[in-house]
Amino acid sequence: MNLDHSILSIITFVPLVGAVLLALLPDRGKLMQWGALAVTLITFAITLHLPVHYNYAAASGAFQFATDNPWIATPAIRYHLGVDGLSMWLIVLTGFLAPLGVLISWRTVSERKKLFYTLFLLQQVAMLGIFVSLDLFLYYAFWELSLVPMTILIATFGRTENRRSAAIKFFLYAFIPSAVMLVGILWLYVNTGTFDMPQLAQLAATHGISGNSAALWLASLSFLIAFAVKVPVFPLHGWLSDAISEAPTAAVMVLAGKLGLYSILRFSFGIFPEQSRHIAPLMIALGAIGIVYGALLALVQKDLKRLAAYGTLGHVSLVILGIFTFTIAGLDGGIYQTLNEGIGGGALFMLLGILYERYSTYDMREYGGLAAKLPWMVTLFVITTLSVVGLPMLNGFVGEFLVFSGTMQSTIAHHVGWTVLATTGVILTAAYMLLMIQKVFYSNLGLKPRSVTGWDLDVREHLALWPMIALMLLMGIASPYWMQSIDTVGTYLANQIGSPDLTAPKTITRLPGSSFPMRPYQEGGQR
Amino acid sequence: MPSSYLWLIPLLPFTGFLINGTLGRKLPRAAVTAIALLFTAVPAAIVAWLWVTMKAVGAPDSISINAGPWITITGFHVDFAFTVDHLTLIMLGVVTGVGFLIHLYSAGYMAHEEGYWRFFAYLNLFMFFMSVLVLAESFLLLFVGWEGVGLASYLLIGFYFKKDSAANAGKKAFIVNRIGDFGFLLAMFLIVAHFGSLDFAHVFNAISVNPDWHGGVLTAIALLLVVGAAGKSAQIPLYVWLPDAMEGPTPVSALIHAATMVTAGIYMVARCHTIFDRSPYALGVVAIIGAATAIFAACIGIVQHDIKRVLAYSTVSQLGYMFLACGVGAYTAGIFHLLTHAFFKALLFLAAGSVIHALSGEQDMRKMGGLWRKIPITFWTMTMGVFAIAGIPPLAGFFSKDEILYQAFISPNPIGKLLWAVGLITAGMTSFYMFRLWFKTFFGESRVEETHASHGHDDHASHGNGGVHESPWIMLFALVILAILSVIGGWVGVPTAMFGHNEIEHFLAPVFESGASAQAATAAASQGLELTLAALSVLTALAGLGLAYTFYYKKPGTAATLAQRAPALYRLVENKFYVDEIYSAVIITPLLMFTRLILGGLVDSGLVNGSGALAGATTRGLSTLTRRVQSGNIRSYAGWLALGAAAVLIVMIFGRFWAH
Repeated sequence: MNLDHSILSIITFVPLVGAVLLALLPDRGKLMQWGALAVTLITFAITLHLPVHYNYAAASGAFQFATDNPWIATPAIRYHLGVDGLSMWLIVLTGFLAPLGVLISWRTVSERKKLFYTLFLLQQVAMLGIFVSLDLFLYYAFWELSLVPMTILIATFGRTENRRSAAIKFFLYAFIPSAVMLVGILWLYVNTGTFDMPQLAQLAATHGISGNSAALWLASLSFLIAFAVKVPVFPLHGWLSDAISEAPTAAVMVLAGKLGLYSILRFSFGIFPEQSRHIAPLMIALGAIGIVYGALLALVQKDLKRLAAYGTLGHVSLVILGIFTFTIAGLDGGIYQTLNEGIGGGALFMLLGILYERYSTYDMREYGGLAAKLPWMVTLFVITTLSVVGLPMLNGFVGEFLVFSGTMQSTIAHHVGWTVLATTGVILTAAYMLLMIQKVFYSNLGLKPRSVTGWDLDVREHLALWPMIALMLLMGIASPYWMQSIDTVGTYLANQIGSPDLTAPKTITRLPGSSFPMRPYQEGGQR
Repeated sequence: MPSSYLWLIPLLPFTGFLINGTLGRKLPRAAVTAIALLFTAVPAAIVAWLWVTMKAVGAPDSISINAGPWITITGFHVDFAFTVDHLTLIMLGVVTGVGFLIHLYSAGYMAHEEGYWRFFAYLNLFMFFMSVLVLAESFLLLFVGWEGVGLASYLLIGFYFKKDSAANAGKKAFIVNRIGDFGFLLAMFLIVAHFGSLDFAHVFNAISVNPDWHGGVLTAIALLLVVGAAGKSAQIPLYVWLPDAMEGPTPVSALIHAATMVTAGIYMVARCHTIFDRSPYALGVVAIIGAATAIFAACIGIVQHDIKRVLAYSTVSQLGYMFLACGVGAYTAGIFHLLTHAFFKALLFLAAGSVIHALSGEQDMRKMGGLWRKIPITFWTMTMGVFAIAGIPPLAGFFSKDEILYQAFISPNPIGKLLWAVGLITAGMTSFYMFRLWFKTFFGESRVEETHASHGHDDHASHGNGGVHESPWIMLFALVILAILSVIGGWVGVPTAMFGHNEIEHFLAPVFESGASAQAATAAASQGLELTLAALSVLTALAGLGLAYTFYYKKPGTAATLAQRAPALYRLVENKFYVDEIYSAVIITPLLMFTRLILGGLVDSGLVNGSGALAGATTRGLSTLTRRVQSGNIRSYAGWLALGAAAVLIVMIFGRFWAH
């Protein structure tokens, strides 16, 4: 049997087997931690099979490692799995983050460990399932599954009494639009007779999805809204700061961003290319506004986790901006930035969690002067900050630059205006991140550090953080390694949906919307 | 193959950074010093060797190397590519040469500081990024260095991070520079959109072969680049971070905030002269910004009391001169002044550091005076620096400043004469405030002992000389070398009118030969005019000296009396025209208020969460209703799914209606 056809099933269900095993084992000593670590490490190791055996020269839009078996005859539901350059790295990233999540929860989760790690693994199953599923019904099952463990994790392991309401808020926000999306999925099935994603995309590309345009529009909106809430896109982010504020670190690391962003790229763009193109001006606007809005609100937070939550809003908005420009640069940068958000954002939340473990507060005003006490902590914090603010040679810059550059090239909407607005994000992001560093690490010892003895990073925390730091550097310097497969997807989508002549060299002309007029030049003359 | 050595220029300091950054804490200080010095000395030697190779007859005008792609997507790519031409060579010489001297000096200056290893690690990191900046063959790689030196600057300004003022200054420097970067980034986005590449060669070549491209997008790009340059090179309106940056250790002020990093903006404008040459409008803006900054900063410099702040405003002012030079198309003059300024300003800062070191940390000139006998080597070297910057011939500053003034005078710019006049007045002011510093620090009665005694530092008095001590030889060595360079550094640019060969102009000719307007202007030059103007600026410099002599040596009370006569004006200038306060009141505070009240209060709590809460309440109301019907646990997943399925059915039926 060729491993390539079953590898995706193995990746998806190894954590499930692990979850069942953990549920059966007694919750004794550190058994749960070690068990979860072993399962997640094995899963990660298997995910590495994908980039190693991926055919980078394959035609764009083709799925690899595919399995396609009939599952239920009527309605026609298939067990169809497959990956392309978009989902492959997201799967590897999911595999990569999981053991780090276990390491970072090692000590902080001390009660009901069995519940915690079982749910944690189930959450991973759901995420992996979302990334590998090419059948809409199967995909939807994983999509809904992803809500449950997360909701229980927040409700059970949240840090304040507010956890239950935060969990309910998270659930309602995610569930209601998802239920509507199910309507959209069923409508598609009624009109096309298939749940199969590649077939649907094929039909869409050839204008073969029957049904009137209003209904098609509604169906596309049912998808987009469900995804946009999950991302979240401004102004649908109402659940984000509460959920992030409550959720345990390991859950926060996978809370926002990639699930929703992936789903937009795969399903909204794949099945509804025309509608996506038409709604792009709105999404570009929301993306650009979201960047500035998130950064500005982060600037006035006192709570470190809420600050990072609004920062997250800004970063996922950057991806939204990029992918909806339908330029190659915007799409490539957006997809790259989706990975970066998982790494930079994940590392930031890990570091904040480590601080909380020592000083049991997220209130910035109670910190101060830690740089002298925790030299490793401050070093890794600063590197993470630099990744988040997009310093060149670190991963964040590559994605950010491509997104903005793509926005400027886009023929959709008022590209100059939105680029200018969005680019102010680079100033504001630096402002709130450096403010956080200053409040936590510089100046004299703050209230908490004076009364509580902290300690610098221990071995386990080093083990959890350094892989992140290494990736920030590698993805900042050697981006082509990741970009080559991402670029096939970005180019494919840009050619399918965006204007086809983007790569053609442009003649220099008066900039549309520019107030700088062309001036006839006279030798040595100045006006 | 000589070009492969180019990689060592940035990579060696980076290695030094890695070693000292990771292991430095545990290494002895001597080892830290040795590593830091070794990894800056070797690049300096390579640059010297490069210099010799490239000056040889028949040598190519530039050397390029490419180490493969950094970012590659369909239709666009950026490589790790370096190019050395004569402009880069001058910059490299300044960076590695002055950089190495300042490393040497620091070994003495920082000897007793906590975090010695950290200091040298950051300093090496700076050298890495600065080398990348000047070696880069594309806008994006230049931007790598650009941002990187900003990071090093942030870390070094905030070196004494326990001090709030230092932490604030570091943050301010980074954020204000980011405002500049905002412009730089937008310029790059425009370049990508219109040229499809960020390689210098590609972009400049595309412009060169299309002589009919003028203004329009090129003006937009040039103006946005100016925003970036104004941030990095501390020009109006973004100069505010540089005076505050003096919170960093003095060697940092000398290296980063005087000799190298802050000149990156001038380097960038000169590097992009092909773009600027096509936009007289943008050039005019550069010239006006430069002249305005020069005189504005000089005004503030006159009334400062902190010796480092005088030098900081002086730096801003001198950078204004370089901007002015670029703005009138005289890029060579700008780079020439950049070179001489690197020598004498690094010298002035290091000498000031030596003074501060001698006085155990005192920076207020009101508590100095009469020091020239006590720290003679510091005094004599600093004197060279003061005379050089004041424009006294034949020291370095005279030739470069004079060249800028002359070029402004003969430029076709309609306000060229006005720019020249502003430059000349600024030259007089420069001379005045530098000699003010000189007299107040080294002459007159010593005001040192009593202040030290009154501050309870009387234990210093037992050392003789009132506790004032000359610096160790390692610091003085750097001072002496820089003093020599401050004297002779200008001789590479002696104009033909003064029987020189203006070697720097010939040296840079391959880089700037397409600077059409400048060439045309030079043709219209006359030697008599050049000499007349030079005489005028020497007279101005001497007038500044004379005035300072009267005010601060002969009749020391005069300045105070004058200040009392116009107290409002004096206070306005002394408080730096309240620019920081204005920015805070007009931009920062309103923005934060808007965010807190409108965005945070109204939009986020009200609209975003309100609509969410409304949706939640509606569903909860619905669920109460359904609970009565079903008497099951409505929060359970199955219940929700049932509700969803019901909705599905309804819509499916309607969907059928729509479909038909």
